[in-house]
Amino acid sequence: MSYTLDQRQLDRIEDILKADLVDNGVRCVFLIDMAGNIITHMDNGEKQHDIYSLAALAAGNFGAVSAMAKIIGENEFSLLFHKGKKENIHFNKISSEFLLITIFGNEISLGFLRMKVADSVEQLKGILEPLVPGTDG
Amino acid sequence: MAFINLKNKVIQVKIVYYGPGRGGKTTNLEYIHRRFHDRIHAEMVTVKTHGDRTLFFDFMPFDLGLIHGYQIKVQLYTVPGQPKYNATRKLVLRGVDGIVFVADSMAVCRESNVQSLRNLQENLAAYRKNLATLPWVLQYNKIDLAEQGIPVLSVDQLEQDLNRGFGRPAFPASALKGINVAATLKKIISLAVTSIREELM
Repeated sequence: MSYTLDQRQLDRIEDILKADLVDNGVRCVFLIDMAGNIITHMDNGEKQHDIYSLAALAAGNFGAVSAMAKIIGENEFSLLFHKGKKENIHFNKISSEFLLITIFGNEISLGFLRMKVADSVEQLKGILEPLVPGTDG
Repeated sequence: MAFINLKNKVIQVKIVYYGPGRGGKTTNLEYIHRRFHDRIHAEMVTVKTHGDRTLFFDFMPFDLGLIHGYQIKVQLYTVPGQPKYNATRKLVLRGVDGIVFVADSMAVCRESNVQSLRNLQENLAAYRKNLATLPWVLQYNKIDLAEQGIPVLSVDQLEQDLNRGFGRPAFPASALKGINVAATLKKIISLAVTSIREELM
């Protein structure tokens, strides 16, 4: 199954991510699907990451953690966050098929980031949910 | 689950190399990485065990260039072949657009080839996909071992075991020497892109 996003939809997604996250100090944000495809990514221009590898590993990591949750009887772990010395990474599921990943420094608190991510996710759902019917597995 | 970006005119396609453990899936990707380094702008990502076996997957992005005005970005993955890693194999298959089944031609691997193909069918079923409709090809790897006196299965035998009822394109190959590695890749990309085009039309 394939899905398509047109210019209007992608512009709208980028506006949301810029206003909520990049303009609030997030270093890098990318929206991916669970297959590891990158839908869009934005950054503050400071650092260039290998985003295709990051997306593949992020989708795999999120899938692995979700599978672990199911084994111990949880539907999913709602917070997925890795803390580093200077850089941190936060994962937020948008629907069964899409994932929002943010990379941010220590100048932003996790609480503030989660609030801003939640705002973005609510808006993104309206665009993304009609695209792909969910598949479990 | 290919993603088509109409704004930047980019299509992302996911190809997975599947097959029994030590069959040559990672070796395929390593050869592609060496041979097409001008189209691969990143290092191959591998998640390995201490024993150098694939633990989760290998990953490599591959730029195919323009087709009908669209830039095609192919994402190549392998799965871990060992039976115990089925949970991760299943995760890697998520959203797959095309599969290369890498069979091991060595006579001693006959049963593990059949089991791995059966396992692929079971894992695809979890995503409501199947080998009858999904683009896939077979690669009969390690044919060169016959020259060293190691017993290998004949192509007829491999076809009978793995391709009966499917009639998919199959390539006798040596991933180590690069024989038919590019031909296998070219074929699966062509089938996957055609399938995506048909789906959209």
